[in-house]
Amino acid sequence: MDKPKKATFARAAARALADTQLRDNLRFATQSLRQKRLAVFDDPEATEALREIGSRIKARGLTRLPRLLEQLEARCQKNGIMVHWAETTEEANRIVLSIMEAHGARKVVKGKSMVSEEMHFNAFMKDHGKEALETDLGEFIIQLNNEPPSHIIVPAIHKNRKQIGKIFADKIPGTDYTEDTDILLATARRILREHYRTADIGLSGVNFAVAETGTLCLVENEGNGRMCTTVPPVHVALMGLEKVVETLDEVPPLYRLLCGSATGQRITTYFNMIKGPRQKGEKDGPKEVHLVILDNGRSRMLADPQLRQVLQCIRCGTCLNHCPVYTRIGGHAYNSTYPGPIGEILMPQLEGLDTKGELVFASSLCNACSEVCPVKIPIPELIRRMRNESYLKRGKGVIPGHGFKRNAVERVVWKGWRYSQTIPMLNWAMLKTLAIAGRILPNVGPLKAWTRVRTKPVFAKESLKQLTRQEGIRHE
Amino acid sequence: MTEFPQNPSTVYYFGTCLSDMIYPEAGMAGIRLLQREGVEVIYPSRQSCCGQPAYNSGFPDEARAVALAQVDAFSGSNAPIVVPSGSCAGMMRIHYPLLFEHEPDYFRVKRFSERIFELTSFLRHSLNATYTDKGPPVTLTWHSSCHARREMVCTEDSKALLRQLANVTLVELENEHECCGFGGTFSVKRPEISAAMVKDKVRDIQNTGASAFITGDCGCMMNISGHMESRKNPISGHHIAEFILERIHG
Ligand code: SF4
Repeated sequence: MDKPKKATFARAAARALADTQLRDNLRFATQSLRQKRLAVFDDPEATEALREIGSRIKARGLTRLPRLLEQLEARCQKNGIMVHWAETTEEANRIVLSIMEAHGARKVVKGKSMVSEEMHFNAFMKDHGKEALETDLGEFIIQLNNEPPSHIIVPAIHKNRKQIGKIFADKIPGTDYTEDTDILLATARRILREHYRTADIGLSGVNFAVAETGTLCLVENEGNGRMCTTVPPVHVALMGLEKVVETLDEVPPLYRLLCGSATGQRITTYFNMIKGPRQKGEKDGPKEVHLVILDNGRSRMLADPQLRQVLQCIRCGTCLNHCPVYTRIGGHAYNSTYPGPIGEILMPQLEGLDTKGELVFASSLCNACSEVCPVKIPIPELIRRMRNESYLKRGKGVIPGHGFKRNAVERVVWKGWRYSQTIPMLNWAMLKTLAIAGRILPNVGPLKAWTRVRTKPVFAKESLKQLTRQEGIRHE
Repeated sequence: MTEFPQNPSTVYYFGTCLSDMIYPEAGMAGIRLLQREGVEVIYPSRQSCCGQPAYNSGFPDEARAVALAQVDAFSGSNAPIVVPSGSCAGMMRIHYPLLFEHEPDYFRVKRFSERIFELTSFLRHSLNATYTDKGPPVTLTWHSSCHARREMVCTEDSKALLRQLANVTLVELENEHECCGFGGTFSVKRPEISAAMVKDKVRDIQNTGASAFITGDCGCMMNISGHMESRKNPISGHHIAEFILERIHG
């Protein structure tokens, strides 16, 4: 059953690896993001201390999440923000649609929101005759080209300037090809300004929702987030339920961790704190603000102390930039809303191991991700957990679709391995067999995969066990 | 910070399954380096593998059974256990306690884990090993395994030992932080990605102009050298223990 999906990932990865332009773009962009991050986090001890704080804030929040969410709802309502709860992405889409319909709206401008990607919001809106327009520059580019984002922070990371110039020339009528960033930006700005002016609804994500005050914090660099949340008459904010924090005091360390990790900035160009609709006497701001809080499997994750750690994620994307797999194949090969290390531990929980389980095998467990994760999620440990669940008997696991990879061959192989490593006689026999017959092992299965780009390993005539005995090393 | 016992008279040696199967000389060299410092080395013959292959592949029950066999094999005394691999040492020191977190054997395993040391760190911090280079001038680069770097944090110790060798010029490797693509079963489960990674690693090694690369982990060595050999690349790979032993004997 998993065969076609497996082939899909392997094929997509192989295709990406063969695309030299893509490889160059990714190498260049991720390297520069890594360097920028390091320039901001240049003191290892201070960075470690900050990560520890970030990790504890998020972990602590998760231990009292239901209470914080209730508090957030009450505070927001007091501030005049209308709060909606969505258990599924379908529900979340319907909520936004009904808000639009209540206002006779047909056009929505969007700030960057990964939750909206999770909801496949744009496709849903299109199916319902509505127009959803991306205003984040990266998102704008890939929407022109009809592609999904390939990175959670830098959606068009897979494209270079020339390719973007070409997309503009091809897709925007009356635009000539140029590589001049200023001209490209001016073109985008001209188009977007018009959309802000004529949009009925502005949509945004949320980076931190403060329970104590009912404040929605939005981190961005282009000002498009501010436009989306202030110009149209109605603002709808989307958040995953893990985005709530307890107090305003918790925001600065998390904010520093987020901008340092994501873009190597000490502070972003814009930091929006939204506390409700336009008040009497105010000249601007939306007349209505809605907050949609999405579950989509998150409360199930919350129930498991290990899996819960995934909910600490602040979506900084730095694990992608440091992953030796992501930096070589890019985001599209994962065919998932969230690619890279965070995708590997999040997607199977959102969509089931049977659907997204192949992702958890796309890792060499090198720990590069957990070394930099600003909230210290032990990503490799979670990958191991998911691999284990992939083989568990039905009903023995907690992740939906667990056991999708269960098969007799691997079970027998690992059983055999276990006996060869726990029973000294068998270990001796195995080493002897390899020494004698290792050279003539048939080039099939794992050995075939190995020898595609490597020589066959040469098994030793005498094992270390024999050698130490001959050399008179004391055995015990 | 790891606390290193000072000048112990006896140590246990965990050779790793790869030195049993493929690189016995590398394993043996580690023993010789320890003996050279006047330490008695005991090699428990019931040892096998640290269990990492199963642990990383999603088979923790099998990994636990193999881990317990090691705990038993080394239970003769409380002597430190020296391991010539950052990866296997990381498995036994850091992952065993996680693997047994909810098991009745937890405390026994934890005590075992605290006795685990990586070879080059142990030579440097417990035994203050010093070396006199008798070999000809040579230019080398160092490849660190991911777990040596990020779990055992022993990379600086390995390099410090190499820097004692007067005729050795150590050139830093670009992208040294990056995985070589071995990752145990990863190399055969995701061969296309693993291949891209090892190719890049070999390119970086080649760019250093070194005639050989040194590493403290046989898994990486098998991967990188295996790729080099298949491309008829003349750069050779050596385990640090074997390399040092050769240099000090001239
Ligand atoms: S898992 Fe950590 S590093 Fe990756 S996106 Fe989330 S917070 Fe950032």
